[in-house]
Amino acid sequence: MLFALYGFRSAEVAGLRLEEVNWERDIIMISRPKQRRAQEYPLYKALAKLSFAISNKLVHVVRGGDEALGRIHRVRHLFEGQRLALPPGGRVPSRRRQQPVALLAHGQLAGKPAVIMAIEGAFQGGGMGEVSASKIAGALALARRDCESGKPILPVLLLETGGVRLQEANLGEAVVAEIHAEIIALRRHVPIIGVITGMVGCFGGMSITAGLCSYLVIFPQARLELNGPEVIEQEAGIDELDASDKHLIWSLMGGEQRYETGFADAQIEDDAELLKQTIRDLAARGVPARHRSEKVEEYRRSLADIDAAAPPDGPALRRMWPKGEMP
Amino acid sequence: MSTIMPLSSRGRTWFQALADKAQPVDTGLGSVLVTDATWGGERVRLLAIVPDPRNRFPRARHGELGLDEGWALAHHVRGAIAADRSGAKRTIITIVDVQSQAYGRLEALLGIHLSLAAAVDAYAAARMAGHPVVALIAGIALSGGLLAHGAQAHRLLALDDPGVVVHAMRKQSAARITRRTVEELDELGKTVIPMAYDIRQFAKLGLLHELIAGIDADAPSAAQIAKVKERVAAAIVDIHNNPGDLTSRLNNAEARVNRAASIEVRRRLAEQWNKS
Repeated sequence: MLFALYGFRSAEVAGLRLEEVNWERDIIMISRPKQRRAQEYPLYKALAKLSFAISNKLVHVVRGGDEALGRIHRVRHLFEGQRLALPPGGRVPSRRRQQPVALLAHGQLAGKPAVIMAIEGAFQGGGMGEVSASKIAGALALARRDCESGKPILPVLLLETGGVRLQEANLGEAVVAEIHAEIIALRRHVPIIGVITGMVGCFGGMSITAGLCSYLVIFPQARLELNGPEVIEQEAGIDELDASDKHLIWSLMGGEQRYETGFADAQIEDDAELLKQTIRDLAARGVPARHRSEKVEEYRRSLADIDAAAPPDGPALRRMWPKGEMP
Repeated sequence: MSTIMPLSSRGRTWFQALADKAQPVDTGLGSVLVTDATWGGERVRLLAIVPDPRNRFPRARHGELGLDEGWALAHHVRGAIAADRSGAKRTIITIVDVQSQAYGRLEALLGIHLSLAAAVDAYAAARMAGHPVVALIAGIALSGGLLAHGAQAHRLLALDDPGVVVHAMRKQSAARITRRTVEELDELGKTVIPMAYDIRQFAKLGLLHELIAGIDADAPSAAQIAKVKERVAAAIVDIHNNPGDLTSRLNNAEARVNRAASIEVRRRLAEQWNKS
């Protein structure tokens, strides 16, 4: 939906390459064109954290299809499959030009089968293309097949994405719609847990995915919104929203605000153990009687109470919709 | 940009054309049209989003899918599911002419992502409950507008008309973000099919069940309206004869060529899944 280049100039994004992943330190090195010195980004951080929690060491990676703006003509068929052993401290082999935006980890979490689907926000803003989105949709479909044959598996989604990548616009959207369909079909069997850790946040069609999850965990530094601030400013003007006003942005769509107004189920600090425990706790609640996106009448009543001519701001909405407890 | 956007009325034109003389349901919103028409003895629920210059949310006055619209679609789709729980499942038809989602500060604060998720959820729930769900793309189908009001349908049909546009982002905005001119984007769309805006290129992706030719999308004749109804009815028959999921978008000749990666990723995943 929206291709957001949060914090990166597009040329830099075009030139991004996966240089090195150090799973012990949870960081990745990225060369920035204007600076000789490579900078460190907490890329793959969330997945790295969770991968430590997976007792099964095998991580499946189907990579590719993740090309840059300047390589638009190579959009098609730029992928290859591989099976990759990824123990803690291991390294992802460096590849040129093809970097995975979606990573899948299939193994055990807290002694039970789990599949972790991670979108890597630091490469191309986590822009979803045909391949990366198909990995998620395909994994959800396989998880459903497992559940339907009596082998429950816990799906966890790590959502760091600016939405659909414009180079693959209509295909990206189409597969995101397939992700939505798979989530709605799968969450009848098992709770689906979404995690938004921040840096990029979760935007575009994938924010709808977040809205469909059974439970949502959000970090304070994360943002969750359909429309990225830059896009709102571009479409509606700076008087509507000044995308450079960080305080305002987080008061609308920041992790704490989303948790305090009931759009997320847990807000936690950036801590691997805490994240694992929170996922375990939420999974233990089972499938909710009604998902957030099914609470149509409650939300319609709550929205009707909003005076569009004198609307609340972030703090006022926290008082009106405290943790989703609506009138 | 939005202030010069024309108040397209294709949604209303096709809603009225397909509704025949059915009484509209009172949605309480000028922007959401809902009715139950009867086609050859079969009930169909029609839903359309139309411009409403008096919409209480200023960012949703030009036919965008806004906060109220998403929740209203969810309400009226779920209403049909509940009413038909123990009887014949009426067909649900989304008439797609949506100027994307509403972009605004209030939309952000009040969770427009969840409003659209609720509409997605409701259409998928109808599909899984056994209601045939058909989307008729008659005009603009941009971004969240299509995701929340059409993409969960069993079958997507579109009018073969230059004014029918499917994309992730408005052309002007996409040009700015990709640092290209609108002309360059158009040129690119000729070779990179997923980037194209026109419906004939979109049809090559295998996502459309049918592209309906020979229809005046702005002022259809009675014969043309009858033809569209007949093609929708044929799609409904096709839905009854096939699985109720979205696999038909992958299992077709166009998809095998232009969505080969979607198919291959799924194949490889299935191959690897049980090896761990």
